[in-house]
Amino acid sequence: MHDFVQYILSYLGSDKTPGASGNIFWATIYVLLVFVGLSIAVIAMNWLERKILAHMQIRLGPMRVGPHGLLQPIADALKLLLKEDLIPEGADKVVFWVAPFIVVLAAFTVFVVVPFGPTHAITDMNIGILFMLGVSSLSVLGIVTAGWASNSHYPLIGALRSSAQMVSYEVAMGLAVVSAIMMTSLDGNGTLSMIGIVQAQFAQREWFLFKFFPLGVIAFTIFAIAMVAETNRAPFDLPEAESELTAGFHTEYSGFRWSLFFLAEYSAMIAVSSIAVTLWLGGWLRPFPNLLSGPTWDLAFSLVPGLAFLLLGAMCFYNTARMPKHPLFKIQTIGLAAFGAVLALIGLLMFLPPVRDRVGDIFWFSAKVAGFMYLYIWYRGTFPRYRFDQLMKVGWKVLLPTGLALLILTAIWAMRTQVWADVIIPAWTGFVDLLRSVF
Amino acid sequence: MNPALNSAASNPPVATPFFFYGLAAVMIIGGILVITRKNAVHSAMALITTLLAQSALYLMLYAPFVAGVQIILYAGGIMVLFLFVIMLISIERQQKERQFNKQWLIGIVAAAALGGLLIAVYTTTTKGILFPPVGRESFVESQNTQGIASLLFDVHSGMYMFAFEIASLLLLVAIIGAVVMAKKRI
Repeated sequence: MHDFVQYILSYLGSDKTPGASGNIFWATIYVLLVFVGLSIAVIAMNWLERKILAHMQIRLGPMRVGPHGLLQPIADALKLLLKEDLIPEGADKVVFWVAPFIVVLAAFTVFVVVPFGPTHAITDMNIGILFMLGVSSLSVLGIVTAGWASNSHYPLIGALRSSAQMVSYEVAMGLAVVSAIMMTSLDGNGTLSMIGIVQAQFAQREWFLFKFFPLGVIAFTIFAIAMVAETNRAPFDLPEAESELTAGFHTEYSGFRWSLFFLAEYSAMIAVSSIAVTLWLGGWLRPFPNLLSGPTWDLAFSLVPGLAFLLLGAMCFYNTARMPKHPLFKIQTIGLAAFGAVLALIGLLMFLPPVRDRVGDIFWFSAKVAGFMYLYIWYRGTFPRYRFDQLMKVGWKVLLPTGLALLILTAIWAMRTQVWADVIIPAWTGFVDLLRSVF
Repeated sequence: MNPALNSAASNPPVATPFFFYGLAAVMIIGGILVITRKNAVHSAMALITTLLAQSALYLMLYAPFVAGVQIILYAGGIMVLFLFVIMLISIERQQKERQFNKQWLIGIVAAAALGGLLIAVYTTTTKGILFPPVGRESFVESQNTQGIASLLFDVHSGMYMFAFEIASLLLLVAIIGAVVMAKKRI
């Protein structure tokens, strides 16, 4: 027993991830935390998407279940679980059963390497970014098999459409990622590790978004477009263009299995956003870690997470005061006030120095990812859907050549001193010598 | 040689023999399923399982880069194309047909020869050391990817640059050939 406690305590104060220090107990805790956090994020995202989309279209959105519809996602989840779980006649039962799990596994496994902080990752792999791209590309397999196993025409065509889109955009995505990885190798220590990439941005005192302006911005833009197509979201949501087509590969799925696809889609959105944040937006680094350094600024920025939660709590209290005074709304009003109190309490907890020091990086990472989540909803609210041939044209004829050119330019720019000394100057002197010898 | 090249003795074991036996069992069962399933999609999925278990074995051998490439290329790329092709074949007719293979005798001889070769190599090189197989020398895990890169591209120690470029050219020719054959008008 004593040994076990020692084993647990030995990790505390370590400056490595639980995976890197080989501590199975804390690795399991981190896996559970990430899983729970991800599920909560998906639930919150479900509510936020409906609310924000509704407000963009000047509607109210869900208002009935709980104050401001806050309990709507839970009601939806219950409804999905209680729905009849149909397996169509003539479907390939085993493959039909396995397909949603492939998609969910692929979407959740990538979070093994997502760095929420220098120590707040399940593990740090030497091939971090490669692992993320590889495992997330496995979800295509789940989609293809789901479409095939349904033994129906609409899912099969939908699966082909969906996987063609995902496979095409993976290429452009990979090229953009390579150009960011190339930027990590400027000081001679190139790395594929997610933590290493963020540390390289800290060491080079610059987010890769602004590196080699405008090359970093272009790479980021390619990735930002490709990641929307990769996760099958608007304006590239052709796989399930609900207003135009029969929904894609999951037409025959219902109830719990369908909700697994839903869960996988949202967690894949969070995963690709985490890649973008890690590669170009400085990962867990707070704004201006080098420019505004020093204990004063550290303290000021470490107060931000607590203040953010206090602000959320204050918003809850403000809306509590605005709730209708009718007796029917009594429980909802108390519930909203309690929710606000919980948020405010979390905010106050985050002012405690030991908590403050540990959650800052997680907060900044999550805040950046949340920005991307908002962008996803914004795209859906504002952009018209692409036609399939336009989608393919953008992927293969615009993003891919741009990505290739970008890769070459980044390489040349990174090696510009060597290129100047070894190629341009010898060529010029040779040319001049040639001219001299002729005339 | 590269200073990053380390003797295997200094690498702590990545996982216990338990994992090796588990992965090996998954691979063998998957391989058997690939050749015994009548439904080609089931075979393809069994093959994917085998390939994934194989990439986990690469991880046990301190080769994370190879493992990642295995997942991206084989499980994520090639097998998706396999499934595309298989899915568009009419499975019903194929299942009714009797599967024929008149080369079982040659097959058994070839398999026995390969198995004998593997056993011979194993018994002569390991000299009684049991699982997990211990490599002669390997990179430290954190240096593996960089080691492969410097073997391929480094100015001084990059001895496989030419082979790599030739292989890329070969693949490019194959891609162009496929496009030329598939399209009537280019």
